[in-house]
Amino acid sequence: MNRLRRALVAALALTLVRPLAALAAWNKEAFGAKSPGDALKGLGIANATASNEVTIDAPQIAENGAVVPVEISSAIAGTTALIVVIEKNPFPLAARFDFKDGALPFVKVNVKMGETSDIRVLAEAGGKYYSATKEVKVTIGGCGG
Amino acid sequence: MKLLALGFIAALAAPAQAQDAAKEIQRYRQMVAEGSPAELFESEGEALWKKPQGPKNASLERCDLGEGPGVLKGAYAHLPRYFKDADRVMDLETRLLHCMVTLQGRTREEATKRVFGSADRLSEFESLSAYIAGQSRGAKIEPGTAHPKEKAAYELGRALYFQRVGAWDFSCASCHGDEHKRIRMQELPVLQKPEAARPVIASWPAYRVSTSQFITLQWRMNDCYRQMRTPEPTFGSETTVALIHFLTVTARGETYGGPGNKR
Amino acid sequence: MAAGPMKMRAILGAGFTDVRVLMNHPMETGQRKDAEGKLVPMHFIQNLTVKVNGKTVVDAQISQAVSRNPVFSFRLKGGAKGDKIEVSWLDNHGESNSTEAAVA
Repeated sequence: MNRLRRALVAALALTLVRPLAALAAWNKEAFGAKSPGDALKGLGIANATASNEVTIDAPQIAENGAVVPVEISSAIAGTTALIVVIEKNPFPLAARFDFKDGALPFVKVNVKMGETSDIRVLAEAGGKYYSATKEVKVTIGGCGG
Repeated sequence: MKLLALGFIAALAAPAQAQDAAKEIQRYRQMVAEGSPAELFESEGEALWKKPQGPKNASLERCDLGEGPGVLKGAYAHLPRYFKDADRVMDLETRLLHCMVTLQGRTREEATKRVFGSADRLSEFESLSAYIAGQSRGAKIEPGTAHPKEKAAYELGRALYFQRVGAWDFSCASCHGDEHKRIRMQELPVLQKPEAARPVIASWPAYRVSTSQFITLQWRMNDCYRQMRTPEPTFGSETTVALIHFLTVTARGETYGGPGNKR
Repeated sequence: MAAGPMKMRAILGAGFTDVRVLMNHPMETGQRKDAEGKLVPMHFIQNLTVKVNGKTVVDAQISQAVSRNPVFSFRLKGGAKGDKIEVSWLDNHGESNSTEAAVA
Protein backbone atom coordinates (compact mmCIF):
# COMPACT_ATOMS: atom_id res chain seq x y z
CA MET A 1 0.00 0.00 0.00
CA ASN A 2 2.81 2.34 0.97
CA ARG A 3 4.70 1.70 -2.25
CA LEU A 4 1.60 2.34 -4.35
CA ARG A 5 0.83 5.56 -2.51
CA ARG A 6 4.41 6.73 -2.98
CA ALA A 7 4.27 5.94 -6.69
CA LEU A 8 0.98 7.80 -7.04
CA VAL A 9 2.31 10.85 -5.21
CA ALA A 10 5.44 10.84 -7.38
CA ALA A 11 3.35 10.62 -10.53
CA LEU A 12 1.09 13.42 -9.34
CA ALA A 13 4.07 15.60 -8.41
CA LEU A 14 5.58 15.12 -11.86
CA THR A 15 2.45 16.32 -13.63
CA LEU A 16 2.06 19.30 -11.29
CA VAL A 17 5.67 20.45 -11.66
CA ARG A 18 5.48 20.91 -15.44
CA PRO A 19 1.82 20.53 -16.32
CA LEU A 20 1.93 22.36 -19.63
CA ALA A 21 5.02 20.50 -20.79
CA ALA A 22 3.54 17.15 -19.81
CA LEU A 23 0.37 17.83 -21.75
CA ALA A 24 2.19 19.32 -24.73
CA ALA A 25 4.25 16.61 -26.36
CA TRP A 26 6.64 17.56 -29.13
CA ASN A 27 8.28 14.81 -31.13
CA LYS A 28 11.89 15.94 -30.94
CA GLU A 29 13.18 12.94 -32.87
CA ALA A 30 10.83 13.37 -35.81
CA PHE A 31 11.18 17.17 -35.97
CA GLY A 32 14.95 16.91 -35.69
CA ALA A 33 15.25 14.39 -38.52
CA LYS A 34 17.21 15.63 -41.52
CA SER A 35 15.63 13.37 -44.12
CA PRO A 36 11.98 12.70 -44.96
CA GLY A 37 12.55 8.98 -44.32
CA ASP A 38 13.92 9.59 -40.83
CA ALA A 39 11.10 12.03 -40.07
CA LEU A 40 8.51 9.40 -40.92
CA LYS A 41 10.42 6.82 -38.90
CA GLY A 42 10.37 9.20 -35.95
CA LEU A 43 6.59 9.39 -36.32
CA GLY A 44 6.35 5.60 -36.44
CA ILE A 45 5.13 5.59 -40.01
CA ALA A 46 6.35 2.51 -41.87
CA ASN A 47 4.52 3.02 -45.13
CA ALA A 48 1.75 5.07 -46.69
CA THR A 49 -0.61 4.42 -49.59
CA ALA A 50 -0.93 7.12 -52.22
CA SER A 51 -4.48 8.48 -52.19
CA ASN A 52 -6.21 11.22 -54.11
CA GLU A 53 -8.56 11.67 -51.14
CA VAL A 54 -5.75 13.53 -49.42
CA THR A 55 -5.75 16.98 -50.98
CA ILE A 56 -3.07 19.64 -51.09
CA ASP A 57 -3.95 23.10 -52.37
CA ALA A 58 -0.82 25.18 -52.82
CA PRO A 59 0.42 27.58 -55.51
CA GLN A 60 2.62 26.00 -58.16
CA ILE A 61 5.00 28.94 -57.91
CA ALA A 62 5.83 30.76 -54.70
CA GLU A 63 7.27 34.25 -55.16
CA ASN A 64 9.16 33.76 -51.94
CA GLY A 65 9.99 30.72 -49.85
CA ALA A 66 9.40 32.54 -46.55
CA VAL A 67 5.64 32.18 -46.85
CA VAL A 68 4.09 29.37 -48.88
CA PRO A 69 0.35 29.05 -48.17
CA VAL A 70 -0.82 25.44 -48.07
CA GLU A 71 -4.35 24.16 -47.58
CA ILE A 72 -4.61 20.44 -46.76
CA SER A 73 -7.48 18.08 -46.03
CA SER A 74 -8.51 14.47 -46.13
CA ALA A 75 -11.78 12.95 -47.31
CA ILE A 76 -10.85 9.55 -45.91
CA ALA A 77 -13.33 8.47 -43.26
CA GLY A 78 -11.94 8.47 -39.75
CA THR A 79 -8.95 10.72 -40.46
CA THR A 80 -7.42 11.65 -37.13
CA ALA A 81 -4.21 13.38 -38.20
CA LEU A 82 -2.57 15.29 -41.02
CA ILE A 83 1.21 15.46 -41.32
CA VAL A 84 3.17 17.89 -43.49
CA VAL A 85 6.62 16.98 -44.82
CA ILE A 86 8.62 19.36 -47.00
CA GLU A 87 11.04 17.01 -48.70
CA LYS A 88 13.96 19.33 -49.37
CA ASN A 89 13.82 21.41 -46.18
CA PRO A 90 16.79 21.00 -43.80
CA PHE A 91 14.33 19.52 -41.31
CA PRO A 92 11.58 18.02 -43.48
CA LEU A 93 8.84 17.54 -40.87
CA ALA A 94 6.93 20.82 -40.76
CA ALA A 95 3.84 19.99 -38.71
CA ARG A 96 1.53 17.35 -37.33
CA PHE A 97 -2.14 18.15 -36.67
CA ASP A 98 -4.18 15.76 -34.53
CA PHE A 99 -7.92 16.13 -34.92
CA LYS A 100 -10.21 15.03 -32.14
CA ASP A 101 -13.94 14.61 -32.27
CA GLY A 102 -15.27 18.04 -33.19
CA ALA A 103 -12.72 19.08 -35.76
CA LEU A 104 -12.59 18.35 -39.48
CA PRO A 105 -9.32 17.05 -40.97
CA PHE A 106 -8.53 20.38 -42.59
CA VAL A 107 -5.94 23.05 -42.04
CA LYS A 108 -4.50 26.02 -43.86
CA VAL A 109 -1.00 27.02 -42.81
CA ASN A 110 1.88 29.11 -44.15
CA VAL A 111 5.16 27.20 -44.37
CA LYS A 112 8.77 28.07 -45.16
CA MET A 113 10.44 26.36 -48.05
CA GLY A 114 14.18 26.59 -48.60
CA GLU A 115 13.96 25.69 -52.28
CA THR A 116 11.69 24.14 -54.90
CA SER A 117 10.47 20.92 -53.36
CA ASP A 118 7.69 18.40 -53.05
CA ILE A 119 5.27 18.91 -50.20
CA ARG A 120 4.08 15.55 -48.93
CA VAL A 121 0.96 15.30 -46.81
CA LEU A 122 0.10 12.15 -44.89
CA ALA A 123 -3.28 11.39 -43.36
CA GLU A 124 -3.72 8.93 -40.52
CA ALA A 125 -6.98 7.02 -40.52
CA GLY A 126 -7.77 3.78 -38.73
CA GLY A 127 -4.12 3.19 -37.88
CA LYS A 128 -3.13 3.36 -41.57
CA TYR A 129 -1.42 6.15 -43.48
CA TYR A 130 -2.32 7.69 -46.84
CA SER A 131 -0.36 10.29 -48.73
CA ALA A 132 -0.37 12.86 -51.51
CA THR A 133 2.38 15.02 -52.96
CA LYS A 134 2.56 18.36 -54.69
CA GLU A 135 5.54 20.24 -56.03
CA VAL A 136 5.92 23.94 -55.28
CA LYS A 137 8.49 25.95 -57.22
CA VAL A 138 10.19 28.53 -55.05
CA THR A 139 11.56 31.64 -56.72
CA ILE A 140 13.51 34.61 -55.49
CA GLY A 141 11.74 37.78 -56.42
CA GLY A 142 13.08 40.83 -58.15
CA CYS A 143 13.62 44.08 -56.31
CA GLY A 144 10.78 46.38 -55.46
CA GLY A 145 7.51 46.22 -53.56
CA MET B 1 11.46 22.87 -92.90
CA LYS B 2 11.20 20.69 -89.79
CA LEU B 3 13.53 23.04 -87.93
CA LEU B 4 11.30 25.97 -88.81
CA ALA B 5 8.21 24.10 -87.60
CA LEU B 6 9.91 23.21 -84.29
CA GLY B 7 11.03 26.79 -83.83
CA PHE B 8 7.48 27.97 -84.46
CA ILE B 9 6.09 25.55 -81.86
CA ALA B 10 8.74 26.57 -79.35
CA ALA B 11 7.87 30.22 -79.93
CA LEU B 12 4.20 29.45 -79.31
CA ALA B 13 5.00 27.51 -76.14
CA ALA B 14 7.17 30.23 -74.59
CA PRO B 15 4.50 32.93 -74.18
CA ALA B 16 2.03 30.26 -73.03
CA GLN B 17 4.49 29.26 -70.31
CA ALA B 18 4.94 32.89 -69.32
CA GLN B 19 1.15 33.21 -69.10
CA ASP B 20 0.95 30.14 -66.84
CA ALA B 21 3.68 31.50 -64.62
CA ALA B 22 1.89 34.83 -64.32
CA LYS B 23 -1.35 33.02 -63.44
CA GLU B 24 0.34 30.90 -60.81
CA ILE B 25 1.98 33.95 -59.27
CA GLN B 26 -1.47 35.58 -59.11
CA ARG B 27 -2.72 32.48 -57.26
CA TYR B 28 0.21 32.71 -54.85
CA ARG B 29 -0.57 36.37 -54.16
CA GLN B 30 -4.24 35.58 -53.59
CA MET B 31 -3.49 32.77 -51.13
CA VAL B 32 -0.95 34.90 -49.27
CA ALA B 33 -3.50 37.70 -48.98
CA GLU B 34 -6.05 35.29 -47.51
CA GLY B 35 -3.56 34.20 -44.89
CA SER B 36 -2.04 37.52 -43.96
CA PRO B 37 -1.06 38.67 -40.47
CA ALA B 38 -1.40 42.34 -41.47
CA GLU B 39 -4.43 42.77 -39.15
CA LEU B 40 -2.18 42.30 -36.13
CA PHE B 41 -0.32 45.47 -37.06
CA GLU B 42 -3.55 47.43 -37.32
CA SER B 43 -4.24 46.68 -33.65
CA GLU B 44 -0.75 47.80 -32.71
CA GLY B 45 -1.29 51.02 -34.62
CA GLU B 46 -4.57 51.71 -32.87
CA ALA B 47 -2.89 51.46 -29.48
CA LEU B 48 -0.14 53.83 -30.61
CA TRP B 49 -2.67 56.34 -31.97
CA LYS B 50 -4.23 56.53 -28.53
CA LYS B 51 -1.00 56.57 -26.54
CA PRO B 52 -0.01 59.88 -24.86
CA GLN B 53 3.56 60.75 -25.79
CA GLY B 54 6.05 63.60 -25.89
CA PRO B 55 6.51 66.69 -23.71
CA LYS B 56 2.81 67.56 -24.11
CA ASN B 57 1.85 64.02 -23.03
CA ALA B 58 -0.79 63.96 -25.72
CA SER B 59 -2.08 61.17 -27.96
CA LEU B 60 -2.55 61.60 -31.71
CA GLU B 61 -6.32 61.37 -31.39
CA ARG B 62 -6.81 65.05 -32.27
CA CYS B 63 -4.63 64.78 -35.38
CA ASP B 64 -6.40 66.11 -38.45
CA LEU B 65 -5.65 63.87 -41.44
CA GLY B 66 -7.82 65.98 -43.70
CA GLU B 67 -11.30 64.89 -42.68
CA GLY B 68 -11.31 66.74 -39.37
CA PRO B 69 -9.49 66.22 -36.05
CA GLY B 70 -9.46 62.55 -35.16
CA VAL B 71 -11.59 61.47 -38.14
CA LEU B 72 -10.00 58.35 -39.57
CA LYS B 73 -12.71 56.84 -41.74
CA GLY B 74 -11.70 57.42 -45.37
CA ALA B 75 -8.80 59.70 -44.41
CA TYR B 76 -6.04 57.57 -45.94
CA ALA B 77 -7.90 57.27 -49.24
CA HIS B 78 -7.99 61.06 -49.56
CA LEU B 79 -4.26 61.58 -49.13
CA PRO B 80 -1.98 63.18 -50.19
CA ARG B 81 -3.67 66.56 -49.94
CA TYR B 82 -2.95 70.19 -49.11
CA PHE B 83 -3.01 71.22 -45.45
CA LYS B 84 -3.51 74.90 -44.67
CA ASP B 85 -1.85 74.79 -41.25
CA ALA B 86 1.37 73.49 -42.77
CA ASP B 87 0.86 75.23 -46.13
CA ARG B 88 1.98 72.21 -48.07
CA VAL B 89 0.83 68.96 -49.59
CA MET B 90 1.34 66.04 -47.25
CA ASP B 91 1.01 62.28 -47.44
CA LEU B 92 -0.02 60.19 -44.43
CA GLU B 93 3.40 59.79 -42.91
CA THR B 94 4.35 63.42 -43.39
CA ARG B 95 1.08 64.43 -41.73
CA LEU B 96 1.65 62.04 -38.82
CA LEU B 97 5.08 63.57 -38.27
CA HIS B 98 3.45 67.00 -38.27
CA CYS B 99 1.02 65.88 -35.56
CA MET B 100 3.78 64.27 -33.51
CA VAL B 101 5.56 67.62 -33.50
CA THR B 102 2.59 69.96 -33.04
CA LEU B 103 0.25 67.87 -30.86
CA GLN B 104 2.76 65.85 -28.87
CA GLY B 105 5.51 68.48 -28.72
CA ARG B 106 8.15 66.09 -29.99
CA THR B 107 11.12 67.23 -32.06
CA ARG B 108 11.41 66.18 -35.67
CA GLU B 109 14.78 64.67 -34.84
CA GLU B 110 13.41 62.43 -32.11
CA ALA B 111 10.30 61.42 -33.99
CA THR B 112 12.24 60.45 -37.11
CA LYS B 113 15.01 58.60 -35.33
CA ARG B 114 13.57 55.29 -36.54
CA VAL B 115 11.23 55.86 -39.45
CA PHE B 116 11.57 52.39 -40.94
CA GLY B 117 11.32 49.35 -38.71
CA SER B 118 12.28 45.68 -38.90
CA ALA B 119 10.70 42.26 -38.71
CA ASP B 120 11.00 42.30 -34.94
CA ARG B 121 9.55 45.76 -34.40
CA LEU B 122 7.59 48.10 -36.65
CA SER B 123 8.38 51.80 -36.58
CA GLU B 124 5.70 54.11 -35.22
CA PHE B 125 4.92 55.32 -38.74
CA GLU B 126 4.45 51.76 -39.96
CA SER B 127 2.12 50.77 -37.12
CA LEU B 128 0.09 53.94 -37.43
CA SER B 129 -0.08 53.57 -41.22
CA ALA B 130 -1.43 50.03 -40.87
CA TYR B 131 -4.18 51.19 -38.53
CA ILE B 132 -5.13 54.34 -40.39
CA ALA B 133 -5.04 52.69 -43.82
CA GLY B 134 -7.29 49.95 -42.49
CA GLN B 135 -9.86 52.62 -41.65
CA SER B 136 -10.12 53.45 -45.37
CA ARG B 137 -11.14 49.96 -46.47
CA GLY B 138 -13.75 50.24 -49.18
CA ALA B 139 -13.20 53.94 -49.80
CA LYS B 140 -12.37 55.29 -53.24
CA ILE B 141 -8.86 56.64 -53.66
CA GLU B 142 -9.33 60.40 -54.18
CA PRO B 143 -6.26 62.49 -53.32
CA GLY B 144 -6.54 66.29 -53.36
CA THR B 145 -6.34 67.78 -56.86
CA ALA B 146 -8.09 71.18 -56.75
CA HIS B 147 -5.65 73.32 -54.75
CA PRO B 148 -2.82 75.02 -56.71
CA LYS B 149 -0.21 73.37 -54.48
CA GLU B 150 -1.80 69.97 -55.13
CA LYS B 151 -1.55 70.63 -58.86
CA ALA B 152 2.06 71.74 -58.44
CA ALA B 153 2.90 68.61 -56.44
CA TYR B 154 1.42 66.46 -59.20
CA GLU B 155 3.52 68.23 -61.84
CA LEU B 156 6.66 67.97 -59.71
CA GLY B 157 6.01 64.28 -59.08
CA ARG B 158 5.55 63.63 -62.76
CA ALA B 159 8.75 65.47 -63.64
CA LEU B 160 10.66 63.53 -60.98
CA TYR B 161 9.25 60.25 -62.27
CA PHE B 162 10.98 60.82 -65.59
CA GLN B 163 14.06 62.64 -64.27
CA ARG B 164 17.24 60.60 -64.67
CA VAL B 165 19.53 61.00 -61.67
CA GLY B 166 22.34 59.48 -59.68
CA ALA B 167 25.33 57.31 -60.39
CA TRP B 168 23.39 55.06 -62.75
CA ASP B 169 21.37 57.80 -64.41
CA PHE B 170 18.12 56.04 -63.55
CA SER B 171 14.65 57.47 -63.27
CA CYS B 172 11.51 55.70 -62.06
CA ALA B 173 10.71 55.29 -65.74
CA SER B 174 13.92 53.35 -66.31
CA CYS B 175 12.18 50.36 -64.73
CA HIS B 176 8.55 51.41 -64.74
CA GLY B 177 8.34 53.32 -67.97
CA ASP B 178 7.68 50.62 -70.54
CA GLU B 179 5.49 47.56 -70.97
CA HIS B 180 6.72 43.95 -70.68
CA LYS B 181 9.69 44.66 -68.47
CA ARG B 182 10.49 42.30 -65.63
CA ILE B 183 13.04 41.65 -62.95
CA ARG B 184 13.34 37.92 -62.48
CA MET B 185 9.76 36.70 -62.24
CA GLN B 186 8.11 39.96 -61.28
CA GLU B 187 6.50 41.99 -64.04
CA LEU B 188 7.21 45.70 -63.59
CA PRO B 189 4.03 47.78 -63.61
CA VAL B 190 4.04 50.84 -65.88
CA LEU B 191 3.07 53.23 -63.14
CA GLN B 192 2.42 56.38 -65.14
CA LYS B 193 -0.58 54.55 -66.63
CA PRO B 194 -3.76 54.55 -64.52
CA GLU B 195 -4.64 50.93 -65.25
CA ALA B 196 -1.29 49.82 -63.80
CA ALA B 197 -1.08 52.40 -61.00
CA ARG B 198 -4.55 51.65 -59.62
CA PRO B 199 -4.06 48.12 -58.29
CA VAL B 200 -0.54 48.99 -57.12
CA ILE B 201 -1.38 52.12 -55.11
CA ALA B 202 -4.38 50.31 -53.67
CA SER B 203 -2.01 47.71 -52.18
CA TRP B 204 -0.03 50.06 -49.94
CA PRO B 205 0.98 50.00 -47.09
CA ALA B 206 1.68 46.29 -46.98
CA TYR B 207 3.08 43.31 -45.11
CA ARG B 208 6.07 41.98 -46.96
CA VAL B 209 6.44 38.23 -46.41
CA SER B 210 10.04 37.90 -47.62
CA THR B 211 11.28 40.20 -44.86
CA SER B 212 8.31 40.08 -42.46
CA GLN B 213 8.36 43.87 -42.54
CA PHE B 214 5.44 46.20 -42.80
CA ILE B 215 6.29 48.67 -45.54
CA THR B 216 4.86 52.04 -46.49
CA LEU B 217 5.03 54.38 -49.48
CA GLN B 218 7.68 56.55 -47.79
CA TRP B 219 9.73 53.37 -47.43
CA ARG B 220 9.10 52.47 -51.05
CA MET B 221 10.28 55.85 -52.35
CA ASN B 222 13.35 55.62 -50.16
CA ASP B 223 14.15 52.09 -51.29
CA CYS B 224 13.63 52.82 -54.97
CA TYR B 225 16.11 55.68 -54.76
CA ARG B 226 18.51 53.39 -52.91
CA GLN B 227 18.23 50.84 -55.71
CA MET B 228 18.82 53.64 -58.21
CA ARG B 229 22.09 54.40 -56.36
CA THR B 230 21.16 57.96 -55.43
CA PRO B 231 21.48 59.70 -52.05
CA GLU B 232 18.73 58.82 -49.58
CA PRO B 233 15.73 61.15 -49.85
CA THR B 234 14.62 62.86 -46.64
CA PHE B 235 11.60 61.32 -44.92
CA GLY B 236 8.50 63.34 -45.75
CA SER B 237 10.40 65.57 -48.15
CA GLU B 238 8.79 67.52 -50.98
CA THR B 239 10.35 64.98 -53.37
CA THR B 240 8.85 61.91 -51.77
CA VAL B 241 5.46 63.52 -51.26
CA ALA B 242 5.36 64.77 -54.86
CA LEU B 243 6.11 61.30 -56.23
CA ILE B 244 3.53 59.67 -53.96
CA HIS B 245 1.02 62.33 -54.97
CA PHE B 246 1.69 61.81 -58.68
CA LEU B 247 1.21 58.05 -58.35
CA THR B 248 -1.88 58.37 -56.19
CA VAL B 249 -3.55 60.87 -58.54
CA THR B 250 -2.75 58.51 -61.42
CA ALA B 251 -4.45 55.74 -59.44
CA ARG B 252 -7.52 57.71 -58.37
CA GLY B 253 -10.92 56.14 -58.52
CA GLU B 254 -9.68 52.75 -57.37
CA THR B 255 -11.39 51.21 -54.35
CA TYR B 256 -8.95 50.82 -51.50
CA GLY B 257 -8.98 47.36 -49.94
CA GLY B 258 -6.90 47.95 -46.84
CA PRO B 259 -3.26 47.08 -46.08
CA GLY B 260 -1.92 44.64 -48.63
CA ASN B 261 0.54 41.79 -48.85
CA LYS B 262 3.64 41.42 -50.92
CA ARG B 263 6.25 38.75 -51.38
CA MET C 1 9.56 39.63 -23.42
CA ALA C 2 5.78 39.60 -23.58
CA ALA C 3 4.15 37.41 -26.20
CA GLY C 4 2.88 39.29 -29.24
CA PRO C 5 -0.79 39.86 -30.01
CA MET C 6 -3.18 37.20 -31.33
CA LYS C 7 -6.38 37.65 -33.27
CA MET C 8 -9.05 35.10 -34.09
CA ARG C 9 -12.27 34.95 -36.01
CA ALA C 10 -14.71 32.03 -35.78
CA ILE C 11 -17.50 32.14 -38.34
CA LEU C 12 -20.34 29.69 -38.77
CA GLY C 13 -20.38 28.24 -42.29
CA ALA C 14 -22.32 25.51 -44.08
CA GLY C 15 -22.03 22.59 -41.66
CA PHE C 16 -18.77 23.71 -40.15
CA THR C 17 -17.22 26.60 -38.25
CA ASP C 18 -14.33 28.38 -39.95
CA VAL C 19 -11.66 29.41 -37.44
CA ARG C 20 -8.91 31.77 -38.57
CA VAL C 21 -6.23 32.69 -36.09
CA LEU C 22 -3.29 35.07 -36.48
CA MET C 23 -0.42 35.29 -34.05
CA ASN C 24 2.68 37.39 -33.70
CA HIS C 25 5.77 35.18 -33.32
CA PRO C 26 9.28 35.33 -34.84
CA MET C 27 9.40 31.55 -35.56
CA GLU C 28 13.20 31.75 -35.68
CA THR C 29 14.83 28.73 -37.29
CA GLY C 30 18.16 29.21 -35.64
CA GLN C 31 19.74 29.56 -39.08
CA ARG C 32 19.17 33.28 -39.62
CA LYS C 33 21.93 35.81 -38.99
CA ASP C 34 21.21 39.20 -37.47
CA ALA C 35 22.60 42.56 -38.61
CA GLU C 36 25.89 41.86 -36.81
CA GLY C 37 26.29 38.46 -38.44
CA LYS C 38 25.41 36.49 -35.30
CA LEU C 39 23.05 33.53 -35.50
CA VAL C 40 19.64 34.29 -34.04
CA PRO C 41 18.77 31.36 -31.74
CA MET C 42 15.81 29.06 -32.38
CA HIS C 43 12.58 30.51 -31.05
CA PHE C 44 9.39 29.01 -32.39
CA ILE C 45 5.94 27.77 -31.44
CA GLN C 46 5.92 24.02 -30.85
CA ASN C 47 2.36 23.37 -29.75
CA LEU C 48 -0.96 24.82 -30.77
CA THR C 49 -4.28 23.81 -29.26
CA VAL C 50 -7.82 24.58 -30.36
CA LYS C 51 -10.64 24.14 -27.85
CA VAL C 52 -14.38 24.36 -28.27
CA ASN C 53 -16.26 25.14 -25.07
CA GLY C 54 -13.26 23.89 -23.10
CA LYS C 55 -12.79 20.65 -25.02
CA THR C 56 -9.64 20.15 -27.12
CA VAL C 57 -10.48 19.46 -30.74
CA VAL C 58 -7.15 20.14 -32.46
CA ASP C 59 -3.72 19.36 -31.05
CA ALA C 60 -0.91 20.53 -33.29
CA GLN C 61 2.84 20.06 -33.10
CA ILE C 62 4.58 22.53 -35.38
CA SER C 63 8.16 23.31 -36.26
CA GLN C 64 10.31 26.29 -37.17
CA ALA C 65 9.27 25.55 -40.78
CA VAL C 66 6.00 27.35 -40.14
CA SER C 67 6.23 30.96 -41.34
CA ARG C 68 6.88 33.94 -39.11
CA ASN C 69 3.69 35.50 -37.71
CA PRO C 70 1.74 32.31 -38.34
CA VAL C 71 -1.79 32.30 -39.65
CA PHE C 72 -3.86 29.13 -39.35
CA SER C 73 -7.30 28.16 -40.59
CA PHE C 74 -9.18 25.26 -39.06
CA ARG C 75 -12.66 23.82 -39.59
CA LEU C 76 -14.75 22.62 -36.72
CA LYS C 77 -17.64 20.20 -37.10
CA GLY C 78 -20.98 21.94 -36.93
CA GLY C 79 -20.90 24.58 -34.24
CA ALA C 80 -23.37 27.15 -33.02
CA LYS C 81 -23.34 30.90 -32.53
CA GLY C 82 -21.83 31.74 -29.19
CA ASP C 83 -19.68 28.60 -28.93
CA LYS C 84 -16.48 29.55 -27.14
CA ILE C 85 -13.35 28.91 -29.20
CA GLU C 86 -9.93 29.12 -27.55
CA VAL C 87 -6.59 28.88 -29.35
CA SER C 88 -3.37 28.71 -27.36
CA TRP C 89 0.28 28.19 -28.18
CA LEU C 90 3.45 27.16 -26.37
CA ASP C 91 6.93 27.79 -27.74
CA ASN C 92 10.36 26.25 -27.20
CA HIS C 93 11.21 28.93 -24.62
CA GLY C 94 8.23 27.96 -22.50
CA GLU C 95 6.40 31.14 -23.47
CA SER C 96 2.72 30.90 -24.27
CA ASN C 97 -0.28 32.92 -25.30
CA SER C 98 -3.93 32.34 -26.01
CA THR C 99 -6.98 34.04 -27.41
CA GLU C 100 -10.71 33.43 -27.24
CA ALA C 101 -13.57 34.25 -29.52
CA ALA C 102 -17.23 33.36 -29.73
CA VAL C 103 -18.55 31.82 -32.92
CA ALA C 104 -20.31 34.51 -34.93
